Amino acid sequence: MSVPLPPPRRLVEITVDGEPVRLPEGSTILDACQDTPTLCYGDTLTPKNACRVCVVEVEGSRTLVPACSRRAEEGMKVSTDSERVRHSRKLVLELLGSSVDLSTTPGAAEWIAEYDADPQRFGQEAATVEQPVKVDNDLYVRDYGKCIMCYKCVDACGDQWQNSFAITVAGRGFDSHISTEHDAPLTDSACVYCGNCVEVCPTGALSFKTEFDMRAAGTWHEEEQTQTTTICAYCGVGCNLTLHVQDNEIVKVTSPHDNPVTHGNLCIKGRFGFQHVQNGRSAKQTQKD
Amino acid sequence: MDLRFRDTEPTDEERAAIDALLGPPASGWVGGARTDDDLRFAAAGEQERDLLLPALHAVNDRIGWISEGALDYICRRLTVPPADAYGVATFYSMFSLKPRPSRVLHVCTDLVCEARGAAGLCASLEERLGPPGLSWQRSPCLGLCERAPAALALEAGDPPAHAVYGPADAALTEFAEPPVEAAVPQSLHSGPGAGDELVLLRRVGVVDPGSLDDYRSTDGYAALRRAFTLGPAGIIREVLDAGLVGRGGAAFPTGRKWEATARQPDHPHYLVCNADESEPGTFKDRVIMEGDPFALIEAMTIAAYATGCRKGYIYLRGEYPRAFHRLTGAIAAARARGLLGDDVMGQGFAFDIEIRRGAGAYICGEETAIFNSIEGQRGEPRSKPPFPVEKGLFGKPTVVNNVETLVNVLPILLSGASAYAATGTEGSTGTKLFCLSGNVRRPGLYELPFGATLRDLLDLAGGVPEGRSLRAVLLGGAAGAFVRPDELDIPLTFEGTRAAGTTLGSGVVLVLDDGADLVKILLRIAEFFRDESCGQCVPCRVGTVRQEEALHRLAIKPQAGDLTLLREVGQVMRDASICGLGQTAWNAVESAIDRLGVFTSEEAS
Ligand SMILES: Cc1cc2nc3c(=O)[nH]c(=O)nc-3n(C[C@H](O)[C@H](O)[C@H](O)COP(=O)(O)O)c2cc1C
Ligand code: SF4
Ligand code: SF4
Ligand code: SF4
Ligand code: FES
Ligand code: FES
Repeated sequence: MSVPLPPPRRLVEITVDGEPVRLPEGSTILDACQDTPTLCYGDTLTPKNACRVCVVEVEGSRTLVPACSRRAEEGMKVSTDSERVRHSRKLVLELLGSSVDLSTTPGAAEWIAEYDADPQRFGQEAATVEQPVKVDNDLYVRDYGKCIMCYKCVDACGDQWQNSFAITVAGRGFDSHISTEHDAPLTDSACVYCGNCVEVCPTGALSFKTEFDMRAAGTWHEEEQTQTTTICAYCGVGCNLTLHVQDNEIVKVTSPHDNPVTHGNLCIKGRFGFQHVQNGRSAKQTQKD
Repeated sequence: MDLRFRDTEPTDEERAAIDALLGPPASGWVGGARTDDDLRFAAAGEQERDLLLPALHAVNDRIGWISEGALDYICRRLTVPPADAYGVATFYSMFSLKPRPSRVLHVCTDLVCEARGAAGLCASLEERLGPPGLSWQRSPCLGLCERAPAALALEAGDPPAHAVYGPADAALTEFAEPPVEAAVPQSLHSGPGAGDELVLLRRVGVVDPGSLDDYRSTDGYAALRRAFTLGPAGIIREVLDAGLVGRGGAAFPTGRKWEATARQPDHPHYLVCNADESEPGTFKDRVIMEGDPFALIEAMTIAAYATGCRKGYIYLRGEYPRAFHRLTGAIAAARARGLLGDDVMGQGFAFDIEIRRGAGAYICGEETAIFNSIEGQRGEPRSKPPFPVEKGLFGKPTVVNNVETLVNVLPILLSGASAYAATGTEGSTGTKLFCLSGNVRRPGLYELPFGATLRDLLDLAGGVPEGRSLRAVLLGGAAGAFVRPDELDIPLTFEGTRAAGTTLGSGVVLVLDDGADLVKILLRIAEFFRDESCGQCVPCRVGTVRQEEALHRLAIKPQAGDLTLLREVGQVMRDASICGLGQTAWNAVESAIDRLGVFTSEEAS
């Protein structure tokens, strides 16, 4: 199998905080400043640029621009740490932190500290999206009190990857939320339990039932987990699986986003089939005992 | 597309309403009765996603609400995933997915109506009908501001009916809807600033809006004839030379937009007339469409010819039933006489117009949100670049213009660019429509040459009522800014208002006298933006909520901390929001604090 080489791309030169940077044409500003905070950006998805935590200042632009989606253009002068940029990032974190439970969002606590954000400043009465967790199937859990409305799950489920179209954004404004049709339980929806939405969720609003239960029991210890990448044995496609193992048990399954076969996407067998492995094993063990 | 449906069926009436729009289903695969043939051949439906919004309207118009079975049937017919359709239906405030009575009363509680007694009206309704819910609901501006307080009843049926109340009394006395010219005080008397000097409004109340002959006998279609002799490039040159600038709020030069679209090699090109008119306090486009519908049709034909479009859409706000009927009639009449269709005026130019109704979402007036709405997606703005002239409706080069902008093209072509540009100032040429409302003697739509001052306009309308004094004027609507009584010499031009730190916006001039409760008005503005935010981006989705919360606290007890908070939230909305809604959601509140001293000075509120 030969991999076609892409045609060589022209380079454009921009300055980032005064330093010249050269990038292949078509790159985004984010490609030039990798340490920018991002939430709704997904490496396998078309940028939705909804969260606005990645904004930067571009000389000549009336408003700030999202680094994750704005393409670099020759001669662009970008500031990533100006007063205006810091203010917007801080406020975005405060607005999100005051309305959504960010406790399982990787990076959130560090950014909140870095930008000196104070989500509590809006007071006790500030409206939030707090709501009961949705547990309606054995495979994954939807805890929308942690949802920042990044649209990534909807895009992964829809025409960007899965083409199942089981979930959507419903409602408008602060009331907008991720939903199936008529808010039906997942088991009544078009969901095929590929878990590709869980894979891209940046907040932990979507999580494996195993992870959710272990967190509830206080037995989830990410630092003790090992990750092993292997090839799924269920069919001949050859998807890469990364098994997350804690105490000899598989606790969740992801797939490398740079894998040319999966781009992070799996089907129900690869994603959730490990429960069979384990159930089978414990059944056998029980028999032996 | 392999879709999964739940087991719900439409009622016969729902099915009939949808079939009336889409025609009978082709096979059992798209919701028809199942036959033996269906078992031998699999057939997918046409992908006609852009008919989703019209189909939702069809059910809502006939039944009054949209059931699971009806939504499912629409999805089968159009091959749309049910979850997607649910997301779209829940975006619009005119649709209900829960059963409700067929007649629903929408009571405007927006800025003008608030200033003219909407609260009392709501209180008496609450007494009689109970709290707002299914049979009556509070509504943002209905575009009937000259008759504030206003209400609109929509009654589902075949055909659906409507009734307009304005000024509405507590008993909601029924009366015939006044003729459109009642909204144009200048047309009712003569003398300086009177009817004979009107340009854009000259036909309103003078011709029968249903008669193409009336229209033609008053110079109608003379501009199109001249357009055909000028050719597309010649028209664009005239529009550029005339200095025409967009009247929809963003003040972008129209000729440059047309030129950029005409140049695009990608085809087809589309023309979209933005008739969503939802900025609180605005009703100018309604008056044009109700009073002189052929003018808009002719102007769109010229715009399409200049920019190479074969298809035009009028995106009309859903709460404008009378404008909808008049435009529908005008389009049919023009088509019947060869003024629309495959060969317009025998010139070999093909162009036709379709009306698409909005369904209660201010954000759909944003130029890229319109595209998503027409395409059958949620009406969320897209991020720019790419700009509409490159990738607009259906991903193709698109011209979007406001109704008032378009009808200005007629006098430009009739009298020539230089004659047109002789009126007004250097930066703002021609005449402008002003939607004057609130505490004035003669509210209504006024047409004045650019350059007139705010004082001139207020004088023309008779000033504030006897015994009252002026407190403030809101220019540009909810997204605009307040000015003080000592600033009445501001020239009402794009450059003049900009220099004074305010905006013309969509031409809203809301007059508030000393009896007005400014804090209440600010709360209503904040509520408006919170309600109308599409919810896509964090600064606006959460920022508009925090702004409203802080204003509620300030209304009880002014505190410096909350003022700082407002400013900081305002800054992130202005700097980091995706679209103009979030970017301007703090303008009016900011100006009320900084210019009027609300919350900071003693005489506040
Ligand atoms: C939130 C929002 C709402 C808008 N609503 C309208 C509207 O109802 N009608 C309109 O003509 N323009 C509206 N606009 C402005 C349009 O985006 C666009 O600039 C305009 O239609 C272009 O036409 P023009 O150049 O003829 O003014 C709105 C803009 C924003 C950001
Ligand atoms: S599990 Fe797969 S099919 Fe189900 S909602 Fe998530 S992405 Fe869609
Ligand atoms: S559930 Fe997760 S992926 Fe989906 S919108 Fe919310 S935060 Fe984003
Ligand atoms: S600014 Fe508001 S209305 Fe505009 S895209 Fe963002 S959330 Fe939607
Ligand atoms: S990461 Fe760029 S807008 Fe969200
Ligand atoms: S109709 Fe009430 S404010 Fe416009």
